[in-house]
Amino acid sequence: MSNGSAVEVSGLVRRFGKDIALDRISFNVQPGELYGVIGPDGAGKTTLFRILATLMLPDEGTARVLGRDVVQDLWDLRTRIGYMPGRFSLYPDLSVAENLAFFASLFTTTVEEARETIDPIWVQLEQFSSRRASALSGGMKQKLALCCALVHRPEILFLDEPTTGVDAVSRREFWELLRRLRDDGLPIVVSTPYMDEASLCDRVSLMQAGKLLVTNHPAEIGRSYPLPLFAVGGGNVLGLLGALRRYPHAMAVWPFGEALHYTDSRVGTDPTLIERELRAYIESAGLHEVTIRPIAAGIEDAFMWYMTQERAA
Amino acid sequence: MSAPAIDARELTRRFGKFTAVNAITFHVNPGEVFGFLGANGAGKTTAMRMLIGLLVPTSGSATVAGYDITTQGEQVRRRIGYMSQRFSLYEDLTVRENITLYGGIYGVSDRDIAVRTGEILSQIGLEHAGDDLVREIPLGWKQQLAFCVALLHRPQIVFLDEPTGGVDPITRRRFWELIYQAAAQGTSVLVTTHYLDEAEYCNRISIMVDGAIAAMGTPSAVKRELGAASLDEVFLRLTRPGAAA
Repeated sequence: MSNGSAVEVSGLVRRFGKDIALDRISFNVQPGELYGVIGPDGAGKTTLFRILATLMLPDEGTARVLGRDVVQDLWDLRTRIGYMPGRFSLYPDLSVAENLAFFASLFTTTVEEARETIDPIWVQLEQFSSRRASALSGGMKQKLALCCALVHRPEILFLDEPTTGVDAVSRREFWELLRRLRDDGLPIVVSTPYMDEASLCDRVSLMQAGKLLVTNHPAEIGRSYPLPLFAVGGGNVLGLLGALRRYPHAMAVWPFGEALHYTDSRVGTDPTLIERELRAYIESAGLHEVTIRPIAAGIEDAFMWYMTQERAA
Repeated sequence: MSAPAIDARELTRRFGKFTAVNAITFHVNPGEVFGFLGANGAGKTTAMRMLIGLLVPTSGSATVAGYDITTQGEQVRRRIGYMSQRFSLYEDLTVRENITLYGGIYGVSDRDIAVRTGEILSQIGLEHAGDDLVREIPLGWKQQLAFCVALLHRPQIVFLDEPTGGVDPITRRRFWELIYQAAAQGTSVLVTTHYLDEAEYCNRISIMVDGAIAAMGTPSAVKRELGAASLDEVFLRLTRPGAAA
């Protein structure tokens, strides 16, 4: 395996007619790493995953998985990778157990041989084993799909949006399973539109409009936020939003859960000074009982920042 | 205080032996943004379908915009807007044509349609794309357009079923600003979402578990009541009582 990376992607380009779905993408995934590709619909995640899963050819650039080229070595790769497509890909008329047995037979193996690998997931599915796949809840469908992607004991997993449309608690359970698999040494590349899932990955790339905006450890991405950031809360949200956006030093103002996140354009200025001036301004705008506190940026703040930088560039 | 936009009492729906919605009682005030939360399969969609007149309750009652959902369905439908995660826009029509079509269906006058088309296009920044096919515009714009179309006939209440799935965080927030604007003009909003940070944007929320409302109130009151630091934690405790937080 050349230099030991689980995935090495270099200058990957893929066009569809005039549209560019992947615009010179480069990144690598280390062995045993849980790697996240975070971005909205239309960012290019699915195209990237299809190429990595040897199901689509790139127009330019190279991608190597487990040291093998996704174009030259596709037959060798196909039995070594597990791929869970974004759209539900199981047979709705087959039962849970039948789906699993079917996928095992495609890879000329048996469910028994995979027992140890799939067991952490199977214990949660077993009670539904005779139920038709179409009658499972969203979260259970995704667990079954994960089982099916693991049944031939792959050396790497590609999961394209496994948690989209799944409720918050089922999402959390799904991620716990992924982290267990990672702890057993399986490299996993997973895409998601949910920014809050970034923190569950070892490293992430933020993706938008065919480009990787930034790649790093999730905590580092928050720390890379270049400007002073404050949470401003209380009172009339629309009024506060409007007033803050009119403030001459405002760089960005966005609703964020129970508060607004306000980015000030003054780099290197003492945050307590900014806070004091901001408070005076808000009061002068007739808004009272407002709380202001300096905060550390999260993934979502960073994503929005990089998005606006990319658009301005 | 004026009459509630939604007033549901002991609203119940069974499918065979399965009780999908189990005697829920809640109300939504005029101009209120009400978050309707719950895990997949908790009964949110069934409850919403009863409120918009697509499904008859097994027992209990509800009024929407002051009209009974069982006996005055037509009056209810004229006063509500609805946007689902699979938008109802026609992909093969242009942006303008969609607005005109829906205006016509809702009985909005030609003059009002013309005025509102201009307002909508400028509100969501689509002035230059009015003659583009809906198929060709980005997802985030489609969502905002679908929301504005659901408000064309100036309904008293708009129902939004997971309106922001899959879009980037900036577009998601622009969408919520449209919601705030509509609420500021007096429209009530009932919204379902899987993004718990969005639940914080609501005036009040309810969380459904197994067909019943397990918690209801302002986001901060719900957190306080359960001694939870975040709605994420609230959600986890209510829907998976056995799991550690």
